[in-house]
Amino acid sequence: MAGNKRLMKELAENQSTPPPGCKISLENDDDILLWNVTMTAPSDSIYAGGNFKILIKIPKEYPFKPPVLNFKTKVYHPNVTNDENGSMCLGMLRPDEWKPPNKISDVLKLVRTVLAAPQPDDAVEQGIADQYKNNRKEFEKVAKDWVNKYAK
Amino acid sequence: MPIATRKRKADSTTASADATSEPQRKLTKVSKALQKDSISQEQAALPATPQTLTSDKGMDSDDDFNSVASSMDLGEEMSSSVDFGAGESDVDIDDDYQDDGAFDATAKDLAPKRKHFEVEFKVYSPQDIQSQQDTQIAEVANLLEQPSEATAILLRHTRWNKERLIEQYMDNQEQMLDKAGLGQEINQNPPRVVVKNGFTCDICCEDGPGLETFAMNCNHRFCTDCYRQYLTQKIKDEGEAARIKCPGDGCRKIIDAKSLDLLVPNELTDRYHQLLMRTYVDDKESLKWCPAPNCVYAVECGVKKRDLNKIVPTVHCECKQSFCFGCTLPDHQPCPCVLVKRWIKKCEDDSETANWISANTKECPKCNSTIEKNGGCNHMTCRKCKNEFCWMCMGLWSEHGTSWYNCNRFEERSGTDARDAQAKSRQSLERYLHYYNRYANHEQSARLDKDIFHKTERKMTLLQSTSGMSWIEVQFMEAASQALQQCRQTLKWTYAFAYYLARNNQTEIFEDNQKDLEMAVENLSEMFEKPTDQLAGLKVEMMDKTTYCMRRRVILLDDTAKNLKEETWKFNVELR
Ligand SMILES: [Zn+2]
Ligand SMILES: [Zn+2]
Ligand SMILES: [Zn+2]
Ligand SMILES: [Zn+2]
Ligand SMILES: [Zn+2]
Ligand SMILES: [Zn+2]
Repeated sequence: MAGNKRLMKELAENQSTPPPGCKISLENDDDILLWNVTMTAPSDSIYAGGNFKILIKIPKEYPFKPPVLNFKTKVYHPNVTNDENGSMCLGMLRPDEWKPPNKISDVLKLVRTVLAAPQPDDAVEQGIADQYKNNRKEFEKVAKDWVNKYAK
Repeated sequence: MPIATRKRKADSTTASADATSEPQRKLTKVSKALQKDSISQEQAALPATPQTLTSDKGMDSDDDFNSVASSMDLGEEMSSSVDFGAGESDVDIDDDYQDDGAFDATAKDLAPKRKHFEVEFKVYSPQDIQSQQDTQIAEVANLLEQPSEATAILLRHTRWNKERLIEQYMDNQEQMLDKAGLGQEINQNPPRVVVKNGFTCDICCEDGPGLETFAMNCNHRFCTDCYRQYLTQKIKDEGEAARIKCPGDGCRKIIDAKSLDLLVPNELTDRYHQLLMRTYVDDKESLKWCPAPNCVYAVECGVKKRDLNKIVPTVHCECKQSFCFGCTLPDHQPCPCVLVKRWIKKCEDDSETANWISANTKECPKCNSTIEKNGGCNHMTCRKCKNEFCWMCMGLWSEHGTSWYNCNRFEERSGTDARDAQAKSRQSLERYLHYYNRYANHEQSARLDKDIFHKTERKMTLLQSTSGMSWIEVQFMEAASQALQQCRQTLKWTYAFAYYLARNNQTEIFEDNQKDLEMAVENLSEMFEKPTDQLAGLKVEMMDKTTYCMRRRVILLDDTAKNLKEETWKFNVELR
């Protein structure tokens, strides 16, 4: 299986030099396909001070198929589904956009960027996106509330 | 050239002596159409060469077909007739160029010059489609001086619009190649696998000596295993073919057929080419796959989406499936696609209210004994009291033939008793049920007609072999059965259509036509319930009734289609 050597290497790299704001471990020691990420929000973002748990499920076909990301910590964000999945909509994870040389660290860097700078035009939560666009104050208030409630 | 074409050509060999002026007139019309609307003509053309590039294009059969798109604009002048399925039975009523009286004495008077409900179409086999693609690729490749793999990618990029491709290419070659996912220097370096020492594959991280690698001329190099697996997944799991990009990060270069053939095993190349053919048909507005399960044919028709409120383009595949080119549902003439969609949605939403209708038993309106329906015919006779009544309206059958009785028309009760909201909603439900009842009934009756025909056919065969009776020609029954199927299909949709019609004179004429077809169909359907041993003696009568049914159908369809084309129908909803 082509993916294994690659995946071992990626894991090692991510643990020795993790992407900014991330801490990476395996969810279970014997399963390389389930990664556990703790992401600290950028300090200049409204999510500052929040630590978000993200679960990365890696398909058997990786890297030919993209990994799947779920926010395990509730986050008030137009691009993250407000349900038990906490799925984030990321262009690069779409099957027609994903390219096998793409790496999980690239994905995590992008996640952190989008976390800090929501993309309301690409939203999965339309209500939150509308609020983000039309009533930023209220949006920021709820987002900060949620950080205090769930991400501390 | 297409092999499976059902279109009749209007050349002088099929035209009769007294119709010699016909082809002449037609050619004039075609050339007029060509001048008038050369753009839609080009779009409708499949195998034709670009108008702007060749001048030696003759008035061959392709041009003849090209006039389809333009003929829409010419209103009356649908340039030639197309067989609409009657060819399957021996009731042939369709040919403009049929010699007077040579084939069927009645054909002349019941076939108007051009039928408004017919459209021109062609049926293509997979081989036809492949060769069409190949021809077009070769033509354009020659012109652009590009290899055919690159040309194929360019053509797919512009969705097989040659004119646009050539224009844009001439305008800015570099930009065009780039947008289509082709780099420069496409002519150089045929694709090949290269062994590279000291190379690390960016996908699998292998770096052993003797590693086989591949890259297109964008130079995104990976080991062949990874390249292969990437392509396999795209083709097999994602069903992608025409737009597979280079696996390189962010690279938009499209993989060409030659590189693909080099890398993947044969069975996958076959699938790849199959998928390419799919996208070829999917990319062209004038082509559609036949929706019949397992059917491999595609149909070409010049009717455009914007025309669908004015025509119901029923086409007939080689596999005998008749379907609407507009929405690919089974033939739903005379009802236009938008109303069909609306009607189906309404029936789904109201399925509970309407469920009781599909019941196979009802009570005799006179003596209340239970009556079961086992044939398609709606003329019922109670076993007990001999009451003859109509299954659909439960009214006396004897009144159905009279001019004042309307089983098909919904009589709105006059204003006074429908004033309050409740009465109104009851009336609107009654109205819907009236039409739904008849719609569903014809669907069911068509099934029952078919069943009874097969039963009768078996009984006759049995009768012949056991009694040693002489062989009875059963062809006429087959024809009758097919006519019944076709007419009930039409009738079914006349009720969906009528549901959306506003009340006026034109609607009444429509309902008269509908009623005439109803009666013709019931009279024919009734014959199938006669004892088997009498059927042989009824041959002439059955053939007459079959012809009559088909004639009524043509009259109804033609009148409806004409008014649709002229947009004179008044509907009680917007055609959206
Ligand atoms: Zn590799
Ligand atoms: Zn590339
Ligand atoms: Zn077919
Ligand atoms: Zn349709
Ligand atoms: Zn009775
Ligand atoms: Zn009736």
